[in-house]
Amino acid sequence: MGSSMSSTIVATRPLPENRISPVFRLAMLLPGGLVTFFLILFALGLVVLLAFRGNDGSLLGVGLTAQNFITVATDPLYWTVTLRSLVIAGLVTLATVVTAYPVAYYLAFHAGRRRNLLLFLVTLPFWTSYLLRVFAWKIVLAYNGVLNSAFIESGLWKEPTLAFLNTPAAVVVTLAHAYAPFAILPIYVALDTIPKSLLEAASDLGARPFTSFRRVVLPNSMPGVLAAALVVFVPTVGDYVTPAMVGGPASTMIGTLIQSQFGKANDWPFGAALSVCVMLVILCVVLLARGADRRFGSRT
Amino acid sequence: MSARANTNTGGGWLGLYVLAYLVFLYLPVLLIPLFSFNNSIQAAFPLQGFTLDWYRTLYGNPALSGALANSLVIGVIAAFGATLCGITVSYMDLYGRSPLAATIGAIARLPILIPGVIVGISLLILVNLIGIGPSRVSIVLGHILVALPTTVVVMRSRFAAIPKTIREAALDLGASDWTTFRRVMLPLSAPAVLSAFMLSFLISFDEFIVVFFLAGTEPTLPLYIWSQLRFPRSLPTVMALGTVILTLSFIIAGTAEILRHRGLGAARRNPA
Repeated sequence: MGSSMSSTIVATRPLPENRISPVFRLAMLLPGGLVTFFLILFALGLVVLLAFRGNDGSLLGVGLTAQNFITVATDPLYWTVTLRSLVIAGLVTLATVVTAYPVAYYLAFHAGRRRNLLLFLVTLPFWTSYLLRVFAWKIVLAYNGVLNSAFIESGLWKEPTLAFLNTPAAVVVTLAHAYAPFAILPIYVALDTIPKSLLEAASDLGARPFTSFRRVVLPNSMPGVLAAALVVFVPTVGDYVTPAMVGGPASTMIGTLIQSQFGKANDWPFGAALSVCVMLVILCVVLLARGADRRFGSRT
Repeated sequence: MSARANTNTGGGWLGLYVLAYLVFLYLPVLLIPLFSFNNSIQAAFPLQGFTLDWYRTLYGNPALSGALANSLVIGVIAAFGATLCGITVSYMDLYGRSPLAATIGAIARLPILIPGVIVGISLLILVNLIGIGPSRVSIVLGHILVALPTTVVVMRSRFAAIPKTIREAALDLGASDWTTFRRVMLPLSAPAVLSAFMLSFLISFDEFIVVFFLAGTEPTLPLYIWSQLRFPRSLPTVMALGTVILTLSFIIAGTAEILRHRGLGAARRNPA
C-alpha cells in the first residue's frame, strides 16, 4: 500500500528502476545469488538427487532407484519414528505457542513502559547457545541431578528417581524451553498491529472483554500464532541433539536417523531419502498453515 | 472506558504469569553458572562450597584454546559473509524491482523452513562434491547460510524504516545507485549493519547442529563441549566454559539489540 502511494508522488519523474546500472545490479545480486542458488537450491537439489540413488559407498551413489523410499514406506520402524517426531514436535509447538500467547498479549497491551525491557528479556535466550540450554536440562533432570537432589534435600521423597531423564517427556520439556523465545515475537507482532480502534469499537458496541478477545483479538492474531507454530515446529521436528542428550533410546527422532545415516550407518542415499520425506512433511504443514491463515484472514 | 478497566483487571495476573515465564526461561540456564562455582563434580544440591578451580582448568588446555580460536575466526568470517549477503539481498529486494532480486530475497529466508540437520547434510554432500570436504571453509559456508535469514530480516526492516524520500532525493540530485547506496543508505543503517554482524557472529559462535556435519579435524567450541559431555568428570569444566560463553553471548546480544533500534529517530527526523 505504501509503495503505491509513493509511486503516485514520483510518477512525474523517471522511475528509479530505469536508472539502476547493470554493473551495480550485478554486484549487488552476486553475493546473495551465489549463496541462495548454490548453497541452498543446488545443495537441496543434490539431496533430492541422492535420495533416488543406490548406496555403493561413492559420493553420489549409483543408478536410479526408488528403493530408499520403498524402504521408508514399508519398514514399520520409520513409521514409528516419523510418527513419534511429529507427536513430539506437535506437543512442543502446542506447549510453546499456548504458553507464549499470554506473554505476547501482556507485551502488546499491558507492558507499558516496561515493554522494551521485557521484549529484550524474552528474546535474549534466543541468542545463547542451544547446546548449553539443552545441557542445562541434562543436569536438571539427571539421576543425581538438580531436581532429584532438590526434592531429596527438601524431604519430599527419599530415593532419587530415574523417571525424569531418558524419556520422550524430557525431550518435550527441553525442546519447549529451548524454542520458547521463537514463539513470542511473531505473536507479539501480530497482536501489536491490531488497530486499537478495533478494540475500542468492540467495547463501544457492548462486547464484554472476553467476547472482544475471542471475536476480535484472537482471530486477528492468528497469522502470528501460525507463524510462531511454524518456526517452532520446523527445527524441533528435525532435531537430533535433544533426543541424544535427554531422550534416551525410546525418544529416537527422524533427525537422529538422518544423522546416523551420514555417520555410523553410512548410507547417504537413504539418509537423503529420509530428509526428502521430512521436507515433504514440512511442506504439508506449511500448506496447512497457509490454508488456515487464509481462512482466518478472510473472516476478519 | 471499558477497555481501560480491562487493562487494570487483566494486567495483574498476567504480570505474574509473565514473571513466572521469565523464571522458567532463565532458571535452567542460570544453573550452569551456579554449579560452575560449586566445589563438587556433581551438579546437585546441597551446594558444596565455593571454588574457582573449574575456571582454572580452562587455562592451559590446548584443545580448548584451539577450538576457541577456530570459533572466533570462523565466526568473524561467517558474520562478514552473512552481513554482506544480508545487506545486498534486502537492499535489492526492496529497491531492485526485479523478479530475480525478489526471488533471491525469498530464497534467502528459506533456511528458516529447513531443519538444521538437512542444511547440514545438504552442505556435507555439496562440499564433498566440490572437493573442499569437511573443513573450516565448509563451516563458514554453513554458518553464512544459517545466519542469512537473521541478517536479511534485520537489514530489511532497517532499510524499510528509512523514508523513501531520502533515497529518491539522492537519486534526483544525480547521485549514482552506488553513491546513493554507499553514501546515503549504508551510513543511515550503520547501527543495524553492526547489529547484524554481531548477531550472525553469535549464531556462528554458538551453532552446533550444522557444524556437526561440516567439521573436519579442527573442532569449534560447541563441538569441543559436545565431545566433553561424554566424560562425567569434565562436566564442571564444561559448566565453567559455558558460563563464560553465556556471559559473552548476553553482552554481545544486548549490544546488538541496542544498536538495532539506535539512530532510527535521526533517520526519521531528517527529511522534515
